[in-house]
Amino acid sequence: MAEKKKINYGKEFSKGILKQNPVLRLVLGTCPTLAVTTSVSNAIGMGIAATIVLVCSNIVISALRKVIPDKVRIPAYIVIIAAFVSMIQMLVKAYIPALNKALGVYLPLIVVNCIILGRAEAFASKNPVLASACDGLGMGIGFLTTEFLMGTVREIIGAGTWFAGIQDLLVIFGNNPLGGWNGFDFTEGLAKTGLAPITLFILPCGGFFVFGVLMACANKLADKKHLPKAEKVGCASCPMAENCNIKSGGNCEKPAAAVKGEAE
Amino acid sequence: MTSENENKIIVTSSPHFHTSKTVRGIMADVIISLVPAIIASVVLFGYRSLLIEFVCVACCVLFEYISRLIMKRDVTVGDLSAVVTGILLALNMPVSIPLWMCVIGSFAAIVVAKQFFGGIGQNFVNPAITGRIVMLVSFSSAMTKWTAPLVWRTGVDAETTATPLSFLKHFTGDTSALPTLKEMFFGIRGGTIGETCAAALILGGIYLVARKIIKPVIPLCYIGTVAVIMLIAGKGSLTYVAYEILSGGLLLGAIFMATDYSTSPITTKGKIIYAVGCGIVTSVIRLFGNLPEGVSYSILLMNILVPHIESLTITKPFGTEKKKKEKKTEEAA
Repeated sequence: MAEKKKINYGKEFSKGILKQNPVLRLVLGTCPTLAVTTSVSNAIGMGIAATIVLVCSNIVISALRKVIPDKVRIPAYIVIIAAFVSMIQMLVKAYIPALNKALGVYLPLIVVNCIILGRAEAFASKNPVLASACDGLGMGIGFLTTEFLMGTVREIIGAGTWFAGIQDLLVIFGNNPLGGWNGFDFTEGLAKTGLAPITLFILPCGGFFVFGVLMACANKLADKKHLPKAEKVGCASCPMAENCNIKSGGNCEKPAAAVKGEAE
Repeated sequence: MTSENENKIIVTSSPHFHTSKTVRGIMADVIISLVPAIIASVVLFGYRSLLIEFVCVACCVLFEYISRLIMKRDVTVGDLSAVVTGILLALNMPVSIPLWMCVIGSFAAIVVAKQFFGGIGQNFVNPAITGRIVMLVSFSSAMTKWTAPLVWRTGVDAETTATPLSFLKHFTGDTSALPTLKEMFFGIRGGTIGETCAAALILGGIYLVARKIIKPVIPLCYIGTVAVIMLIAGKGSLTYVAYEILSGGLLLGAIFMATDYSTSPITTKGKIIYAVGCGIVTSVIRLFGNLPEGVSYSILLMNILVPHIESLTITKPFGTEKKKKEKKTEEAA
C-alpha cells in the first residue's frame, strides 16, 4: 500500500519521537522501560542496544517481506530479531561487561521487546527498506529519549546521582575518556541540608509513577499539537490506526474474549 | 407557589429521603474523635508531635487547595477531609521524623493517592496509608527510629528504643523486656506518635460508633481475626494475644484507617470479608514477614480488593430474580 504513495522519510523518522512514541503513546516495551531506568547509564545502554536491533531487524524484515510466508511470519521475525540480539549481547559482553551485568536478563529479552516485534509487524512487513530504516531509527530514538527522561527523574530523585557509572558505559572509548568524571553525585550536598534521596523512585512503584506522569505529559503535549489522546477509545484516535489491519472492524479496544463472545 | 402546586402530583426522581449528615460534619466528628490521640501524642512524645501534626495538616490542606486549582475543579478544602488525612498521617510517624519528609508524605497522600484519582470519594486507596507507605519505603531508617516515651520531660535527648513488636517477633513467654500490659494500654512504649495510646484510640472509636459515623463491624472483625490467629500462633497464651493487639498500629489502623468510607465495602457482608482479610494479612506479615509491622500494608492491599468484594457481595434488588443468563456467558468466556 505504501509503495504507491510517495514516502516522506522525514515524517516516518519523526513520528516515533512524539506522535507515535513507542513507550508513551503506543504503550509498548513497558517492561524494559520500567526495569532498567533506575539509572541514566543503564537507560542509555538499553536504549542504544534496542535502537540498533530495531533498525537492523526492520531493514532485514523489510527486505525479506515478500519472501516470508504470511502464516509463519511471527516465528520468522523472531528468528531475525534473535540473531541481532545475540550479536548485540556478545558485543556488549565483550566490550562493556559492566552494562551486561547491569542489564542482566533484559538484554537478551530485547528479542521479545514489543516495540521491535510491533514495528516489524505493523511497519517493516509492509514498507520498503529505506522507509523501514527511518521508522526503526525514529522509534528507537523515541524509546531512547523516554528511557533517558525516566532514568533522569528516577536516578536524581531516587538515588541522588545523575549519570552515575557512565564510566563503565564509555569503557569502549578507552580507559578514561571523561577524565575521571563518573557522573554527578548530589548525595553529600543533600545530606548537608538534611535531605535524603527518596528511595521509592528507584523501586518498581516509583517507576510506574514516573511512567504515568510522563505519559500524562506526552498526552498534554499531543493535545497542544491537536493529536488524539492515547487514552481515548475508538479507532480514529488510536496512534496505530494507520497501520492497523482491523481498523474498519473497530473491535480492537475490546478484550479478545468479549469479541469472541459476540461472535457466538 | 403553594397555590400552584395544590392538587398536583409532583414527580421527582429518586432519592426522596435525605440525611442531614454532610461530609463536613462527618469529618468534623472524625477530627473530634482523634483529639484524645493527639493529646496522648503530646503527653507521651512532647510538643514536637504537635508540630508534626500541624505541618502535616497544613501541607495536606495546601496541596489539596493547589491541586484543585490546577485541575480547575471546585476547591473542596472546606469539607475538612484533608485535615483528617493530615492528622492520620501525622499520627503514623515517629516523633523524630524530619519535617520535610512530612511534606513529601502529605504530597503522596493528597496529590497522588487522592486528587490524581478525582478527589474525595474517588480515591481507591486510603490517602493517609499511602502517604505512610511512601515514606516507609523511601525513608525506612527515619521512619523506624523510635524514641522512648516520656523522656522529653526529663530533657534527655532522643533516647531510642525498640517497639514491642520486635520483641514479640521472637516471643518465648518472657515478658521482662516488654512494657507491662498497663503501660501498653496507656501508650508508654516506643512507636509512632499516635498509635501507642490504646486508651485514647478506643475512646475515639467509641465516640465514632456512638455518633454513628462508623459501624463497629470492621474494627471488631479486624482485631478479632488478629486475636484468633495470634491465639493459635501463641499456643493459647492470652498475654501474647493482648500484647499483639495493643502493639503496633493495629488499633489506629482498625478504628480510623480501615473504616474510611471510600475505601471500604458498603454491605455488612463485604465489611466482614474486608476486615477479616485485613486481619489475616496483618497476622501473616507479623508472624512470617521480614517487617515487624503489617497493618498499613494489609489495609492498602484490602483497599485494592474492595471493588471485587463489592461486586461479590452486591445486594440483590428486592423482587428481582438472579440473572441466570449472565452467569452462563461468564462461564463460556
